[in-house]
Amino acid sequence: MTTVPKLEMRHISKTFPGVRALEDISLSAYAGETLCLLGDNGAGKSTLIKTMSGVHTPSSGEILIDGEVVRFDGPHAARTAGLSTVHQYGGTVPLMSVARNFFLGAEPKKGVVPFRRFDERTANTIAVRELQAMGIRRVTDGRQLAGTLSGGERQALSIARAMHFGAQVLILDEPTSALGVKESSETLKLIMRAKDRGVAVVFITHNAQHALAVGDRFVVLIQGRVAASFTRGEKTKSELLNLMAGGEEFEDMEEEIEAMRRAKEVARHA
Amino acid sequence: MERPAASPSSDERPRRRASGDRVRTAVLRPEFGVLLAAVVLYVFFAAVAGGKGFLTQDATAGWLGSAAEIGIVALGASCLLIAGEFDLSIGSMVGAGSAVMGIGVGHYGLSIWVCVAIAALLAIAVGLTNAFLTLRTGLPSFIVTLAMMLAVVGASLGMGRLLTGTTNLTVPSDGVAHVVFGGSFGALSSTVFWWFGLGALIAWMLRRTVFGNWTYAVGGDIDAATTNGVPVARVKASLFVLSSLCATLVGVLQTVQFSSGDATRGADFVFSAVAAAVIGGVLLSGGYGTVTGIMIGGLTYGIVNIGVFYTGWSTDWTSLFLGALVLLAVLANDYFRKLALAAGKK
Ligand SMILES: Nc1ncnc2c1ncn2[C@@H]1O[C@H](COP(=O)(O)OP(=O)(O)O)[C@@H](O)[C@H]1O
Ligand SMILES: [Mg+2]
Repeated sequence: MTTVPKLEMRHISKTFPGVRALEDISLSAYAGETLCLLGDNGAGKSTLIKTMSGVHTPSSGEILIDGEVVRFDGPHAARTAGLSTVHQYGGTVPLMSVARNFFLGAEPKKGVVPFRRFDERTANTIAVRELQAMGIRRVTDGRQLAGTLSGGERQALSIARAMHFGAQVLILDEPTSALGVKESSETLKLIMRAKDRGVAVVFITHNAQHALAVGDRFVVLIQGRVAASFTRGEKTKSELLNLMAGGEEFEDMEEEIEAMRRAKEVARHA
Repeated sequence: MERPAASPSSDERPRRRASGDRVRTAVLRPEFGVLLAAVVLYVFFAAVAGGKGFLTQDATAGWLGSAAEIGIVALGASCLLIAGEFDLSIGSMVGAGSAVMGIGVGHYGLSIWVCVAIAALLAIAVGLTNAFLTLRTGLPSFIVTLAMMLAVVGASLGMGRLLTGTTNLTVPSDGVAHVVFGGSFGALSSTVFWWFGLGALIAWMLRRTVFGNWTYAVGGDIDAATTNGVPVARVKASLFVLSSLCATLVGVLQTVQFSSGDATRGADFVFSAVAAAVIGGVLLSGGYGTVTGIMIGGLTYGIVNIGVFYTGWSTDWTSLFLGALVLLAVLANDYFRKLALAAGKK
């Protein structure tokens, strides 16, 4: 892969009044790779991606795109620079059609001024084509309501939309946490497709298995600090789980639970 | 709106688009329920009151006229409902429109056109104030426009008495202005034509324009709209103004038609227009509604309003009828919406 990261954060800190949410975070995301951000609830994952995508400004440190320092004064500036964030529920409107959702806020138009209108035919064609390209074959009519899609399909809609509008960095905040097993695996496949197309994917999760399935680089956050940073193949799942649990031995916990279960069984037989 | 994750892998699903699907989609349109209700009610009143004049041209013009007045107010209010906001000041704006015409034309002898322009400016000002207060304070529009309704009623009556000594003035009209705002074509009043014209315009706006797309998005999921760069505040403000304008227009039309400007007019519209919207399938929670539905909702309301009168029963029953209808409509809307959302799934 290229040596210059698509997106780099250097020594980023973020303090809210009374709370030190992020401290001295450095990380890099490369084109065609997936960077996994892991951490327990409250570790600072959401704050980190909000800082990355222009929602928050960092208290100190710098952000670089293609090796150049950038300063976003809002989410719009980040979007213009090619960063696209997809939220947990995909940010779709259920009672609107797939195509209308796909082009929301960037509708193709036709006609002259007083009669200028939404070019629905073009929107339908492109939306269906892009969804098919992301492997969502079930959608063959752009007029289908977005609310009829499964959770995973709605994620696909948002991801396809981001990529159609030229996203170079795709930031996914816990996309799998509200999904079932089957839908989660569909979303993981989407992540693979996005990085195959040369996008730098930043995948936030607290599921070690999901991270290991698609990740190329991993950053584990604990209480706003980078607790570990490593690449694919350097750590096993149990090592990763131990890291995320804050250094406590996860196996110990498993043993304790096992002991409790046995004690209960003994009590039942007595 | 979460459902259990149970769909088979998307790749295995057979591609199937039978023509039967089209019929099913048509039946699944939420407006289908309203249309059915309107037809059933019409047939009912035709059977019960047909011999007493319900089928005459006069009665037909009567329920169409009633439907048109309610329908115009409902069109504006519904667009705002679709965008997720309430406007309770519509009833008072009907009265305000009438008061402006009464004071301006009846007392000061200004031309109808000038007073229509003044009424329109007033409506825009009230709509913008509603929008500003709702969007700035973050208070529910329900409360903001409730306050606005009281303020407008008070101001209309107060101004009328202060400037003219009365709240009810004779408003003479002639020429083109009379034809446009108060004329009749055969048995039909110009209000009916305004209703159809506005209906066509708003249908085009909602279904064909980018602004229409934004209207549904803002009411359907405001976060999704915001993150996708829809100018949420501008969309809502425009629709507050539209709602106010439609209500004021009905005040103007009534005034010219009845040759009397009356500030106390219109209080009922806040109920009837919202009821027509709901009967027509508009979701009070925002994000859904069609002009076809809203217009049939207005028709239904008009049929009941005039139908009960022709049966010879006490008109006290009208309200009971309408109440039951609204309740049924809400239940049916919910059901049809669930069916529509289930249509793509298994
Ligand atoms: N806007 C804010 N103001 C104050 N504190 C905040 C704000 N956003 C996040 N925090 C704090 O920052 C910490 C990290 O939160 P968050 O980034 O949401 O964690 P995660 O996404 O990993 O669960 C928490 O202690 C949280 O309370
Ligand atoms: Mg979070």
